[in-house]
Amino acid sequence: MSEGLTWNVYNVGDMTQREIYGLVLCELGEKYPEIVGLSADLAKSTKIGTFGDRFPERFFNVGIAEQNLFGIAAGLAKSGLIPFVSTFSAFASMRAGEFVRTDICYQNLNCKIIATHGGTSFGPAGTTHHATEDLAIVRAFANLTVVVPADPFETAHAVRASMAIDGPVYIRIGRGFEPPVYESEDYDFAIGRAVEMHPGTDVTVIACGTPVSHALQAAGLLAEQDGLSVRVLNMHTVKPIDREAVLRAVQETRRILTVEDHNVIGGLGGAVAEVIAESGKGCAFRRAGLCDEYSMIGYPEDILNRYRLDTDGIVENVREMLGVEFEEDEDWEDEV
Amino acid sequence: MAVSEAERGELTRRAKAIRSGIVDVTGWAGGSHIGGALSQTDILTLLYFKYLNIDPANPEWPDRDRFILSKGHGGVGLAVTLAERGYFDPALLKDFGHSGSPFGMHLDGNKVTGVDASTGSLGHGLSMAVGLALGARVQGKAWRTYCLIGDGECNEGSIWEAAMAASHYRLDSLIGFVDRNRMMIDGATEDVMAIEPLADKWAAFGWHVQTVDGHDFGALAQAIDEAQEHAGSPSVILAQTVKGKGVDFMENDPAWHYGGLNADLIARAKASLGAE
Ligand SMILES: Cc1ncc(C[n+]2csc(CCOP(=O)(O)OP(=O)(O)O)c2C)c(N)n1
Repeated sequence: MSEGLTWNVYNVGDMTQREIYGLVLCELGEKYPEIVGLSADLAKSTKIGTFGDRFPERFFNVGIAEQNLFGIAAGLAKSGLIPFVSTFSAFASMRAGEFVRTDICYQNLNCKIIATHGGTSFGPAGTTHHATEDLAIVRAFANLTVVVPADPFETAHAVRASMAIDGPVYIRIGRGFEPPVYESEDYDFAIGRAVEMHPGTDVTVIACGTPVSHALQAAGLLAEQDGLSVRVLNMHTVKPIDREAVLRAVQETRRILTVEDHNVIGGLGGAVAEVIAESGKGCAFRRAGLCDEYSMIGYPEDILNRYRLDTDGIVENVREMLGVEFEEDEDWEDEV
Repeated sequence: MAVSEAERGELTRRAKAIRSGIVDVTGWAGGSHIGGALSQTDILTLLYFKYLNIDPANPEWPDRDRFILSKGHGGVGLAVTLAERGYFDPALLKDFGHSGSPFGMHLDGNKVTGVDASTGSLGHGLSMAVGLALGARVQGKAWRTYCLIGDGECNEGSIWEAAMAASHYRLDSLIGFVDRNRMMIDGATEDVMAIEPLADKWAAFGWHVQTVDGHDFGALAQAIDEAQEHAGSPSVILAQTVKGKGVDFMENDPAWHYGGLNADLIARAKASLGAE
């Protein structure tokens, strides 16, 4: 049905984050009979349908009813099962937000939320289908772990690792056109620990999700063209945030840029800012993201370009930050 | 206001042009929610070319009738209908969904002329329609509010919250339509989450209910006439439709909820519609 430029939302052929997620969930389903799957008429779109096809008696498609979706998941979790629930990020975080907060997080239930089509990844669908506030919202839900994998391999890691957490986890993935960052799953992944993707001493770019791959390319370009040493941290876990990695970056590079496909308010940039401000350490700091506005309509690559979250945008952001003055801290060792 | 023979011919011609336009935009955009856009077309055609008291030259006219597409993914069809009705140049649709275009698959009312509400997240439209109908009453205005809901969308609890409020407030200026094409994304409505007996549900929520063929202009017009005359409660018209209506290889196939069209499929779709 589709070819070339066609954006066939509901039947993507290649291995996307969502497809990998569907497969990993099947693999976990074989091992853990207590896993159940739920969706709200987005079984095909989110790929949790792969699990539903394999384990039809353990899968519930509740129709287009997201509040009910999370309420039912809470009941299933209370009964002793481990629900994996999938819908688009906009609906998981906002439409059903209070059900996620009160039914699942407040009661600290063992429920995994796989929120797909995160950020602006659903570009041409328009702004109702973008989620550029979800991280800010769900980050404020106590008990909830929030993970934003950078690519399909990391998605596989995150889904597996979520099983080791006896509580709610929100995993935000894209729509499937995100470039891979890793070559395989063969790297050290742990929830709550940032991955240093590129060493550096002049500036640190802290990113999550799709922008990680752009940050890496930007680091390469900046080394080549400007002789800059740019550290890239993949902060896949937005909560609990890896404070140590942030503070080490502050101490060792003194310039921090956060990059996320999200409003600059409340998400990764907000989380990093909180850590830095509380440390009392001085550094140059900038958040790249949507500047408190509703996202434009279009292709994801153009959207990332517009908000300067792609390679060119990150390069520009870093260059602009170099001239920024900040107050040097005399005693680095006192708190860090 | 029954539909005369001349009118029926004109409406049929418009509906065909709109369906053909939906096929074009689907090609230009690289994909669209074409199945549900085609099923809703006759309802939108009848509203925009016979019933709605609107003025495309004055889209913000305060006393105009309001139309809310609660099934916002039908936006591609609404956009083509608005262009056909003269709200904007149809050539603008060539960039539908492209970067920088005002048109996304779900229409943004702040960007597209003639769109009364930004929808796309299902289950919001009917509540806004209730607010508009209440607003007319409070301000002593005579506009009517029309709202088109998907049948899958009727799964949403908020639809029934709005339904309850509309009858509670006796909003007889509100006329709802359900595009009863019997499909949603993951399959048939009755397989994914059964909604029947749907007419009984709306009746139990206090609505005046009519069930008609959603592709028959005469039957639809009669139902709208009756709904307009009906006093004391809101009306809903359960329009029995066919998902993908008019394009033979799409009809009743849930795989065409959303899809892209290459040149060959566009030609086949146009041939099936009898359009150039
Ligand atoms: C709140 C919400 N949940 C999920 C979706 C994704 N979605 C878009 S269309 C659709 C199916 C709609 O089915 P129906 O209302 O029957 O529309 P139709 O068949 O007429 O296209 C779904 C689940 C959405 N847009 N909004």
